[in-house]
Amino acid sequence: MTSIAYGISDTLVLAKRSILRIPRQPDLLIGFTVQPIMFVLLFVYVFGGAISTPGLDYVDFLIPGIIVQSMTFGGFVTALGLSEDLKKGLIDRFRSLPMSRSAVLTGRTLADGATNVVQLVVMLGVGFAVGFRFNNDAASVIAGLALCLLIGYAFSWVFAFIGLTASSPEAANAFGFTFLFPLTFVSSAFVPVKSMPSWLQPVAENNPFTDMVNAVRALFVGTPAGNSIWLAVVWSLGITAVFATLAVWRYRHAVGR
Amino acid sequence: MAGELAIEASGLRKRYGNVVALDGIDLTAETGMVMGLLGPNGAGKTTAVRILTTLLVPDAGTARVAGVDVLKEPQRLRARIGLAGQYAAVDENLSGFENLEMVGRLYHLSRGEPRRRARELLAEFDLTDAADRLVRTYSGGMRRRLDLAAALVARPPVLFLDEPTTGLDPRSRLALWDTIEQLVSGGATVLLTTQYLDEADRLADRIAVIDHGRVIAEGTPGELKADCGGERLEVRLADRTQGPRAIEALASLTAGNASLEDSTVRLPLLERKGAVAEAVRRLDAAGVAADDLVVVSPTLDDVFLRLTGHGAEPDEEDGS
Repeated sequence: MTSIAYGISDTLVLAKRSILRIPRQPDLLIGFTVQPIMFVLLFVYVFGGAISTPGLDYVDFLIPGIIVQSMTFGGFVTALGLSEDLKKGLIDRFRSLPMSRSAVLTGRTLADGATNVVQLVVMLGVGFAVGFRFNNDAASVIAGLALCLLIGYAFSWVFAFIGLTASSPEAANAFGFTFLFPLTFVSSAFVPVKSMPSWLQPVAENNPFTDMVNAVRALFVGTPAGNSIWLAVVWSLGITAVFATLAVWRYRHAVGR
Repeated sequence: MAGELAIEASGLRKRYGNVVALDGIDLTAETGMVMGLLGPNGAGKTTAVRILTTLLVPDAGTARVAGVDVLKEPQRLRARIGLAGQYAAVDENLSGFENLEMVGRLYHLSRGEPRRRARELLAEFDLTDAADRLVRTYSGGMRRRLDLAAALVARPPVLFLDEPTTGLDPRSRLALWDTIEQLVSGGATVLLTTQYLDEADRLADRIAVIDHGRVIAEGTPGELKADCGGERLEVRLADRTQGPRAIEALASLTAGNASLEDSTVRLPLLERKGAVAEAVRRLDAAGVAADDLVVVSPTLDDVFLRLTGHGAEPDEEDGS
């Protein structure tokens, strides 16, 4: 086999490992499913009445935003998993094997992609139950779904880097929530940017997360896209390129424990 | 080929900031031997293993393992070594079988071989009954056995065992020693690090004693003990006033100065063989009554204390 073929087979072996873990740790499964459902219900029924979204039902405004947010955090398992692997010496074992030098990371991020598909289905199911409907042609909707997965994949690499950099799984957790969580809120995901204080609006408008949400919303329910689709794709690819490079570099220099 | 070197390291240096972990270490191990790296926590044992297993790049020095240059061809080397570390590096959320199968695939064993080898090793390590249980339900000893099995998946000619029994209860330790002994009888070269003197004594053919990043002594366990004064004869007298007479009677058996403390005479032996019978005959002829008579071997603890001026017990956090 060539080294590329080995790289692919190593990636699949390790992706399988990550996926097997999910049904065996039911608390993780709850994080994947119950938490996003709670979010949808809270926003639709608790905050929804207070948030005005001219020209669009709040549920149609919200679902694309909340789906993009859940895709962003789908890779969180990668940060926790890598951090634990590092602590338990598994990364040392992998690094001493004649396997591809990036397979631990490509395997993890691929597994995240698979769980993101599951999460996407669950979120859409809940969305439909509370009244969300697609309002665009099939090609656009499919492009929107693909974009969601691309965004999720990009952030998996951010989390891979966090997992390899943080000193413990707890630190990885804190790091992710301190920096990424506010980023997803100061955006067009949950409320229109125009409703924010004027000093905050430029921050929200220039937040890549806003472009991603606007793009998915445009593809799902036909709101004006502007440049958001291109920008969302470019941001996702850029984030993937930068953080994949950083994460692989960290992996190669990882010192166990 | 006999006498061929499986591990050959020279001048290895590594520092972390201001902390010198390795201060120019030379190590050699012939093919098929068990080389023990003995030293307290923080002595540099783990750093040496990490360099020889390609996990860490040294600041200076060269190393060849299994005939492959560690620094120039790390990926080629990785196919020829097995590593079992200080922590059982196995996935808690996989079964024992799944763990070994995964490692076999990552070693790129040929088709079907990872599963076959996994079953074989589980049987060998007495884990067949637990093969399909998740590792998180395993005991500490079972995890270490699985970890050791994982290091053997590709039948590597050189094996690195970094403190394989640290943290195990005495019974599991003894069981793991048996396992390691069987394993080395299969012909693999083993580099074993340990802070347990009895472990090195029992398992290693040669021992390098490491302290503060340097090799401070090297030899067979026997040689190291001989350096420490060799074996001693201890005679407990029925009547302590007979001490001088006993010492005189045994003079021709001793290699040095005898001592008398309370009613016990201690003297270094020239030759262990036949010493006890000869001592009994001489004491009898001299009319000295002995309550007890025993040959005492120096422990590696004695060796360590003499070499370093401090004991071998852990005295600091592991900085390696």
